[in-house]
Amino acid sequence: MSTLVDIRKLTRSFGGPAVLDGIDLSIAPGEFVALLGRSGSGKSTLLRVLSGLDTAPAERLEIPKRRSVVFQEPRLLPWKSVIQNAVLGVDHSNAKARAQQALTDVGLSHRTQAWPLTLSGGEAQRAALARALVREPELLLLDEPFAALDALTRLRMHDLVFDLWRKHNCAVLLVTHDVWEAVALADRILVLDNGRFSREIRVDLPHPRHRSDPQTAHIETELLKELGVELSHA
Amino acid sequence: MADTIATGQAQPTRPEQIRSERDRSRLARFATRIASPVAIIVLWQVASSTGLLSARTLAAPTEIIAAGEKLVASGELVTGLTVSFLRVLIGFLIALVVGVSLALASGLSKTGEAIIDPPIQMLKAMPFLGLLPLFILWFGIGETPKIGLVAFGAVFPIYLTLHGGIRGIDRKLIEAGQTLGLGTASIIRHIVIPGALPSLLVGIRYGLSVAWLSLVVGEQINASSGIGYIITYARDFLQTDIIVVCLLVYAMMGLLTDGLVRLIEAYALRWRPEAIA
Repeated sequence: MSTLVDIRKLTRSFGGPAVLDGIDLSIAPGEFVALLGRSGSGKSTLLRVLSGLDTAPAERLEIPKRRSVVFQEPRLLPWKSVIQNAVLGVDHSNAKARAQQALTDVGLSHRTQAWPLTLSGGEAQRAALARALVREPELLLLDEPFAALDALTRLRMHDLVFDLWRKHNCAVLLVTHDVWEAVALADRILVLDNGRFSREIRVDLPHPRHRSDPQTAHIETELLKELGVELSHA
Repeated sequence: MADTIATGQAQPTRPEQIRSERDRSRLARFATRIASPVAIIVLWQVASSTGLLSARTLAAPTEIIAAGEKLVASGELVTGLTVSFLRVLIGFLIALVVGVSLALASGLSKTGEAIIDPPIQMLKAMPFLGLLPLFILWFGIGETPKIGLVAFGAVFPIYLTLHGGIRGIDRKLIEAGQTLGLGTASIIRHIVIPGALPSLLVGIRYGLSVAWLSLVVGEQINASSGIGYIITYARDFLQTDIIVVCLLVYAMMGLLTDGLVRLIEAYALRWRPEAIA
């Protein structure tokens, strides 16, 4: 199997103990990987290295050039309209048309000329998703993109991300601390603990996945246990 | 409205009724605000007419209006105003170019900041109007010291606000720009400059008020043209009415240029929530 991301022995420390302690990670083209971990486990640090915002020593560090990031906050430029945000940095003759398409894909075709500060939290995050997808990334990095959204909006975003992933066929690395989010979406789930992967679970279940399904429930419980949460009433 | 609530009558209010009531309350508020200035002017006029306030101290409002009309009719005021306005314009443009360049250099690079920021902070501490004697020694008594004083005074607010604005830009937006593949030049163009623009516009407004202030001071010294010249001339002949007219013109010009920047602000910052609301 070919790999899109190939990382060997990645270590990152900020003066103290290593935040990432000799990590190996490979992601296949088109694979959906979820990365779970408690706060301070190093997930955001790993994502920063993958997005190129941080550098760290590694034996091997292969990351595709065409990659884009959606952060926890939308990080839209407030002084540019939604569509201007989407075309930012796209070096393509019909960037406008592609941005229009991407915004339509996320259900924002009616808000293309809006100022970002007039969008709701969910709309702004969808605009950020569209901006990430306009550049047709091979690797889409999602850094807790739905953490700040309300529960209902978050569930709708899961469906949207799933559809977009199917459509664009890119590899996705979703950093989250929402266990159900990981189980609902990912092909493979990694648990990061103290700078190392402590668990890897393949989820070979058909989509859409339901929370009431005993198989997904089992995986969810396993993951929660791995994260140190025992469900007494489960 | 208050009556309705007090008597407990549930009268349906029509929109036009609400609007006319709102207009009336706005009018009432305006009337209260204008009442005391009007009273002061009336008292002033009475004091002048009865001889309590001599024209050598302060001319009567009616005389000031007459003097203003005469100055406009003779063309003196327009000529003087043009000269003064050009001094402010040229001085302020110099301040804008210098201030923006320095702020960009110092806001965008650590080295630039180390070189530029300390001397500016030191110069800022000096009361710049006190430099006038030096400016006269260096530049003589022509246009240069006047324009120089305007430029020198206005450069600080522009530099300080823009520098602060650049330093205060959200790191997260710059990171977002980097992940979108923007280079340094594009990040400056799309993120740093628009992000610092609100601060710069505040600096420009403040700088303009300093520019007019510097002009008033600069024009008192050996002016042979401009509003300051009209004032000096009027002083020599004890014409307090003309002096007041000129002061009013200064005030109006200050308000006018400030209003102009506000217009630019309203357009350039139309993305801000307070502009949208």
